[in-house]
Amino acid sequence: MTDRHFGPDDLYGPDDSALDGNAIAGLLHEVFGTEMTTAQTTCAHCGNTALIAEAIAYVRAPGTVIRCRTCTSVLAVVVRKQEMNCVDLSGLTALNAG
Amino acid sequence: MAGTAVRGRLTWQVATVAAVRPETAAVRTIEFEIPGWAGHQAGQHVDIRLTADDGYVAERSYSIASAPGEPLQLTVERLENGEVSPYLTEELRPGDEIEIRGPIGRYFIWDGDDASTPLLLVAGGSGVVPFRSMLRHRARIGSNVPVRLLYSAKTLPDVIYRTELDMAGDGADVVYTLTRKQPPGWAGHSGRVDAALLTEVAWPADRQALAFVCGPTAFVEIVAGELVSLGYPPDRIKTERYGGVGAP
Repeated sequence: MTDRHFGPDDLYGPDDSALDGNAIAGLLHEVFGTEMTTAQTTCAHCGNTALIAEAIAYVRAPGTVIRCRTCTSVLAVVVRKQEMNCVDLSGLTALNAG
Repeated sequence: MAGTAVRGRLTWQVATVAAVRPETAAVRTIEFEIPGWAGHQAGQHVDIRLTADDGYVAERSYSIASAPGEPLQLTVERLENGEVSPYLTEELRPGDEIEIRGPIGRYFIWDGDDASTPLLLVAGGSGVVPFRSMLRHRARIGSNVPVRLLYSAKTLPDVIYRTELDMAGDGADVVYTLTRKQPPGWAGHSGRVDAALLTEVAWPADRQALAFVCGPTAFVEIVAGELVSLGYPPDRIKTERYGGVGAP
């Protein structure tokens, strides 16, 4: 993994700021107090179940946004303000730590 | 997490730079000394935190380049407009201290316990870093799991760990493809990783291999999609994306 950087990518298609759940493993561990990349999520919109590692993660939004890889609905949002994390899990119907 | 001790909260630790080694013009490997480091698994990463004098904090994730049991090493590529990587690749010196937390992640890991499943590793650019950890781990534990690494780089001088990879041997095949420029007489592959190259290099689907794909997001999407087309079940393809970094 390298420094996040968004620039033109002329050989493998357009630039894309979408990462995956691996990239936010540290943040999620901080929030939940345990390893979460192998936690299973169920999307409240489409019902798809997948590991957090497989979800789409945007780390440069205002806050960290996790989206369903199947329907792209927002699963969760984490916003950090100084030492406090504000967590919105309303896009999930289930979250089971691995 | 069954069968493993539940680790406590992830805490920031002070790491001291023990050594710095250039890999390519833009890439360095940094070895750290961390008192009480818990050890890691091949494929895991760490978070790095840099705090400026004015209190501004920048955090980034980097894959671990060394094998379990070895001192923690990170291999970092300098990005022209990067906020953190120029500091890590140009400023950091032995004896300097930075904050690290980890190891992190239980998804993109290979522990070597399964001796019968072939491995397919597909790397774009510095996506090769976690695979170096896996290959070193494989050698250290004396595993004879057959492994193929397909590594896409822009040019030959951009290939990280080339000397080490060329000596992988013993059931570990390393295949390069150079996307931008090939040296005179280049006998390897040219151009990006596509269906044809994967068909040639990847284990046939009936070998029930485990695939790991790491690189820029668009690279990972293309490779994972092609592997599914070749018959790899999606749950046998583990992916790690690191964004829109220049094409390998």
